[in-house]
Amino acid sequence: MEPSRWKRAAKGLLNNIKMSIPILAGVLLLIGLVNTLVPKEFFSKIFTGNRALDPLIGALFGSVAAGTPLTSYLIGGELLKTGISLAAVLAFIVSWVTVGTIQLPAESLMLGKKFALLRNGISLIMAIIIAVLTVLATGILG
Amino acid sequence: MKKIVQKIGANWLFLIAVVLVYLILGLWNLQLALAGLEVFLGLLKKILPVLGIVFLLIFVSNLFLNPKTVAKYLGTGAGTRGWPIAVIAGILSAGPIYMWYPLLGELKKKGMRDALIATFLYSRAVKIPLLPMMVYYFGLKLVVILTILMILFSVLNGLLVERLTTQN
Repeated sequence: MEPSRWKRAAKGLLNNIKMSIPILAGVLLLIGLVNTLVPKEFFSKIFTGNRALDPLIGALFGSVAAGTPLTSYLIGGELLKTGISLAAVLAFIVSWVTVGTIQLPAESLMLGKKFALLRNGISLIMAIIIAVLTVLATGILG
Repeated sequence: MKKIVQKIGANWLFLIAVVLVYLILGLWNLQLALAGLEVFLGLLKKILPVLGIVFLLIFVSNLFLNPKTVAKYLGTGAGTRGWPIAVIAGILSAGPIYMWYPLLGELKKKGMRDALIATFLYSRAVKIPLLPMMVYYFGLKLVVILTILMILFSVLNGLLVERLTTQN
């Protein structure tokens, strides 16, 4: 392989690093901020007990939460124990992993603003649909 | 304003804005700002190995992938073969979602479809190593249904995102 190709590849990588490092650092700092300012117990207080409204609330709060998916399972498991509906908990978990409000500036800068807004918006709606469908399918299958 | 963004760069402005938020928080409550920084450092330590892999993949893609190859497998001309590639790659991809933006941005420049980028990002919701934990909390039947639905919806998500991004 000719040396110029390696040089080109290295230059491309360097440009990418220069572009992405400040964005990634910003996202990590924001996640640190949200994790510190929003205690985990907060999530159990946001649900209303309304079975129609709670999946929407779950999806909305899942979308602004940050952290590993494992944390969402732990919170989800605890929410179920306190009587929150399964659809609300599932909407919370699905939107936690598919919607990234905190990462939105980074996604916009690297993949395009329209793409990022549409992808996250559609994913938010889908989190509710998937949650409801999962509950229905689980019920039907006994 | 536009000139400032162009001169400094939107990426650096974003970081500066977040640092300013920390400074303001620190002036108000230093303990909270330090706790946030501690979480930041913990996350940084955790993601560095994944970030290394991502940058290596970017280098390899720069070396071996040209727009023609990307278009062939992940572009509009890829046909149906692009979907399983995006879904499986998404499921297998490790680390947080934002680690993959630089590589996807690079592949997008080379011709990867928006639909397949969105599908990749959505199918990342299926986390194979975490499935046992999910089963523990929610039961096997529910987890199987949820996983199948998330895979199907990842394709639907891709199709919708592409349809709407191409609309004026």
